[in-house]
Amino acid sequence: MTGLGELERAVMNVLWDGNGPATVREVVAALSSRELAYTTVMTVLDRLAKKGLVRRERDGRAWRYAPAASREAYVAELMYDALEFTGDREAALVRFARSVSGAEAEALRAALSEPGHAKRSRARDDSPG
Amino acid sequence: MVQAVGVGIVLMLCVLAFRRLVHARWTWRAPRTGIVVWQALGLATGLSAIGVLLGFGLEPYQAGVAPALSLLAADLASGTPPAWPSPLQGVAIVAGLLLAIYLIVAVLVCAADVLRARRRHRMLLRLVAHYDADAPGALVLDHSAAAAYCLPGWHPTLVLSTGAVRMLDRDQLAAVLAHERAHGRERHDLVLLPFTALRRALPRSRLIRDAVAAVSLLVEMCADDRAVRQHSCRPLVAALRRFQSTAGMSTPAGALGIADDQIPARVHRLTDPSHRLPLPGRCGAVAAAAAAVAVPVGLLVLPL
Repeated sequence: MTGLGELERAVMNVLWDGNGPATVREVVAALSSRELAYTTVMTVLDRLAKKGLVRRERDGRAWRYAPAASREAYVAELMYDALEFTGDREAALVRFARSVSGAEAEALRAALSEPGHAKRSRARDDSPG
Repeated sequence: MVQAVGVGIVLMLCVLAFRRLVHARWTWRAPRTGIVVWQALGLATGLSAIGVLLGFGLEPYQAGVAPALSLLAADLASGTPPAWPSPLQGVAIVAGLLLAIYLIVAVLVCAADVLRARRRHRMLLRLVAHYDADAPGALVLDHSAAAAYCLPGWHPTLVLSTGAVRMLDRDQLAAVLAHERAHGRERHDLVLLPFTALRRALPRSRLIRDAVAAVSLLVEMCADDRAVRQHSCRPLVAALRRFQSTAGMSTPAGALGIADDQIPARVHRLTDPSHRLPLPGRCGAVAAAAAAVAVPVGLLVLPL
């Protein structure tokens, strides 16, 4: 995981571990050890926004960036996706849901109710394998 | 007419063979051979179904299907009325062509969808998964449910959950990773693609669901064989049993992962060493499969 991918990961970690929506400047400061240019971080945040991973909202003259979903929600989505790689999605989901804790179940529900995921799930209703 | 009837008989035999193969156990003794037979049977069934329709519809041309189609195209291009005597045969030709297009498109659409999902999956893994010294060569997801799977592709990615890493000891982890790596190396995702595409196209067909399950199990057995070649079967069996015991807790059942309802068959097979199907049996099966494909191809191409 090197290069731009690694930067995206670092930026997402800042947003996930931070306290609420952050400006580009705040993210640059959080990653000060890497000595990144402002434009570099802005580019990365733009890419993440295009991928649907961060939302942005205007705050006065600046943009503030926040993650579109929690880290746990994405982990749950990945685990659920791994289930979808095979046949009986409903049974697999029940098996999976029975095992998760309350907080994880909440994250799973959140991941499943995301519009992008719901649309994809419907389209792949009889899961490709 | 003989042609269409001949291909029709082959089609019926293929459908019967499908049913038999779904419940077959001999395939467990030679999973690679079983997979080849499944692929050939699928191909033969598709070709026969198309062949029956086109053979019936193009019968007036008194030629193989391929030559007859080009004659028909020439007729239509030059404006002379085609030679078919009945509208029913016209319908059969259209139906045959549509079926062929439908099958091809179904596979392509499924493949495109799978690729898109995989891309997103890989992107998310890059963001939230991490490497772990306890699981070399694999990415680890921070989740308590035990999961182990391979994300297929040009560069297959092995993924474990922290639940799985905690549940297995070092040898068992190595065996599970070898199993998943085998899935990636042998491109089992491509092996399964035609069947899953068909299941997507015909979701209510019980037979196709069973076929997907049967081929999935054979694919797991192939990966098991690969894994025990490097590590003895004990760690893999132990790992499978642990996954099975956590079922009802959670076992993400990826087709390329650990599915708990397949585990008893796989464990039994691994612990019973006398399971190999002898070479004559395997050759016979492959020969029969080749014949099954050759017949509709021959009938379709050769003039009557």
